[in-house]
Amino acid sequence: MRGGGLRIYAVIYLVFLYLPILLLPVFAFNSSTIIAFPLASFTTEWFAELPRVPALRDALWVSLKIAVLTALVSTLLGVCAARAAARYRFAFKGTIMGLIMLPLVLPEIIVAVSLLVVFLQIGLPLGSLTVVLGHVLICTPFCVAILNGAFQSLDISLEEAAIDLGETGWSTFRLIILPLVMPGIISSLLIAFTISMDEFIIAFFLSGSEATLPVYLWGQLRFPQRLPVVMALGTLLVLASVVLLTIAEVARRRGVARRGQQDNGGFL
Amino acid sequence: MALISLSGIDKYYGTYHALRDISLEIEGGEFFSLLGPSGCGKTTLLRTIAGFETPDKGVLTIDGRDMARVSANRRPTNMVFQSYAIFPHLTVAQNVGFGLRRSDLTKAEKAREVGAALEMVGLGGYGARAAHALSGGQRQRVALARALILKPKVLLLDEPLSALDKKMREQMQSELRQLQRQVGITFVLVTHDQEEALIMSDRIAVMFEGEIAQLATPQDLYLRPNSRRVGEFIGMMNLIPGRMDRDGSQMIGDIPGLGRLPIVPDLLTDGQGPGDCTFGIRPESMSLVFNGELPTGKFVDGTVVERAYYGDMTYYEVLLDGGTAPVTCSMKNLVSRPVLDAGARTRLAWEPGALIVFDAA
Repeated sequence: MRGGGLRIYAVIYLVFLYLPILLLPVFAFNSSTIIAFPLASFTTEWFAELPRVPALRDALWVSLKIAVLTALVSTLLGVCAARAAARYRFAFKGTIMGLIMLPLVLPEIIVAVSLLVVFLQIGLPLGSLTVVLGHVLICTPFCVAILNGAFQSLDISLEEAAIDLGETGWSTFRLIILPLVMPGIISSLLIAFTISMDEFIIAFFLSGSEATLPVYLWGQLRFPQRLPVVMALGTLLVLASVVLLTIAEVARRRGVARRGQQDNGGFL
Repeated sequence: MALISLSGIDKYYGTYHALRDISLEIEGGEFFSLLGPSGCGKTTLLRTIAGFETPDKGVLTIDGRDMARVSANRRPTNMVFQSYAIFPHLTVAQNVGFGLRRSDLTKAEKAREVGAALEMVGLGGYGARAAHALSGGQRQRVALARALILKPKVLLLDEPLSALDKKMREQMQSELRQLQRQVGITFVLVTHDQEEALIMSDRIAVMFEGEIAQLATPQDLYLRPNSRRVGEFIGMMNLIPGRMDRDGSQMIGDIPGLGRLPIVPDLLTDGQGPGDCTFGIRPESMSLVFNGELPTGKFVDGTVVERAYYGDMTYYEVLLDGGTAPVTCSMKNLVSRPVLDAGARTRLAWEPGALIVFDAA
C-alpha cells in the first residue's frame, strides 16, 4: 500500500495527541481515588460532588465573567483591526498588524510576568480586571485572524453601492458590512471565550485572590484524594470547549453558504 | 446647458497621472460611452462623476450644480457596478428597494415601486428570491433595477456586460439601449469593447492614457478617426506606410500596392503635408472581384496569402502586386461566391474615398 509508513505515523501522532485527553473521562468515572489501571468500578460520584464545592462555584463564576468580557473586548478590537487592515492603507501597516499578531507566538509566561510587573508598578490591584486585560492581549490576535477572513472577502463595491444609494458610512456599516461579517463575529466571540476560559498561566499570575477555574484546578492538584474530582471537572471543560468551537465553526460555514461564497477555510 | 459638465479635471494617484485635463459635456437623455483600453482612466472618470474619486483639479457640475462639496450619497447619480455589488444577504426585492429606505413612501408604495422596477428589467415575480441564487444576467438586471429605482438624473454603468457570455451580452446590449430610450435617463457607460460602444452609444469619448483622444458619434468615430491609434482601436484598419507629394495645387499619394492617386484635403486627419505618412483603409472598403460581379472603384491585382472563414464573412489577407505587406479585406459570403484558398490570384476593387491619411508611424 502506498504511503503506509505515513499513515502509521499519522495514527500514532493522533493517538499521542489525544490519548491523554481520553484518559480524563476514563478516570472521572472510576470509583478509585488512585489514578492508575486497573480501573475499579463505574461511578458518577465525582461529578455529583462538583456543585457541592463553594470554591469551585466561585471560580466558575469568576472564569465566566472574565471570559465574557474578554470575548467582547477582544472581538471589538479585532473588528476594528480587521476592518482597518482590509479597507485602509496607512503608514507602517505591516508592522502594526505584525505587532497585533505577535502575542500569538510570545511565550505566555513572559507576557504574564511582564504584565504582572507593569500592573504592580502602576498600582492596579490584581483581580478579574487584570486577568481580562491579559486575556484580551492574547485573544485579540485570534479574533483578528478570524475576522480578517470575513472582512477581506467583502467586495468593496458592496459598500460603494450602499453609499451610492444614499446611505452614510455608518448606516452602510450597520446594514451591509455587519450582517455579512456576523458569522465571523460569532465565531470570534466563541473562540475568544473558549481561550479565556481555559487559559492558566496569565490567570495564575494576575488573578490575585480571585482564582479562575484553571487556577482553582491547579490548586486542587496538591491534594491527591481530590484528583478524581479534578478529572470530572476537566472532562466537563473539554466537552464545553469542543461544543463551543463546533458551534463557532458551524456558524462560520453557514454564513459562507448563505451568501453563496467560496469557502476559503476558516480558522479551524 | 449640458447635464454633466467637466472642465479641466485632473487626477493623480501618487505620481501617476490618471486623468489629464479632461473637459467634456454630456447632454440630458444621452447615451454616452467612455471607451478605451484598461488603464486609460475611463473608470476613474466614471467614479469621479459618481463621487467615489475626488479630482485634484477641475470643476464637475451636474444639472448646473457644482459637485465639489456633494458626497457620493447625495449626488443625483446611481451606479451599476462591474461586479454588480448585489447585497448577498438580502432578497431581490430588498436589493431593489434598498435606495427607497430613506424615502417618505409608505410600505405599499415602496412595494409597488419595487415591483414596477423588477417588471421593467424583466424580472417580475423574482422579488422573493435570494439574491445570491441568481444567474449572471439576472444579477445584472437586479443591479439595473436597484440603480434606476431612485430615478437618478444620470445612470453610471461600469463595464456592466463584461462578465456575461457572448449571447447574453448581445441581448443585454439591445435591452439596455431600449431601456435607456424608455426611461429617458442619461446613461454613461464605461467599456473597453469598441463594438459595444458603437452599438449602444449616441456619442463616444475614446480615451488613452488619461486623455480624451476623440469625442464623436459612432459613425464619425468609425469613418473619420482623428488618429492612427483611434483608427486601430475602433474596428479593423489596414495601415499602409507610404508618402505624399505636392503636384501643383493638389497632393498625390503614393500607396504601395494601391498605386498613385490625388488626395483631397477631406481625407487628411491632421492637415498633413508632403512627406511620409500612413494610409488607412477599412477591410470592408476593399472587395475581391468575383466572376460576373461589377464592382466600382479602382482595381488592383494580388495573391491570397491567407483566409479566415467566419460563416457570414470571409477575411482574406491579400498581398497586392507591388505592395510590401498583405492587406485584409472582408467579403460577405454569398452562395454565388466561392471561398478562395491561399495562393489564388485575385483582383481587388477599392474605394479611394474611404482612404484616411494618418501621420507616419
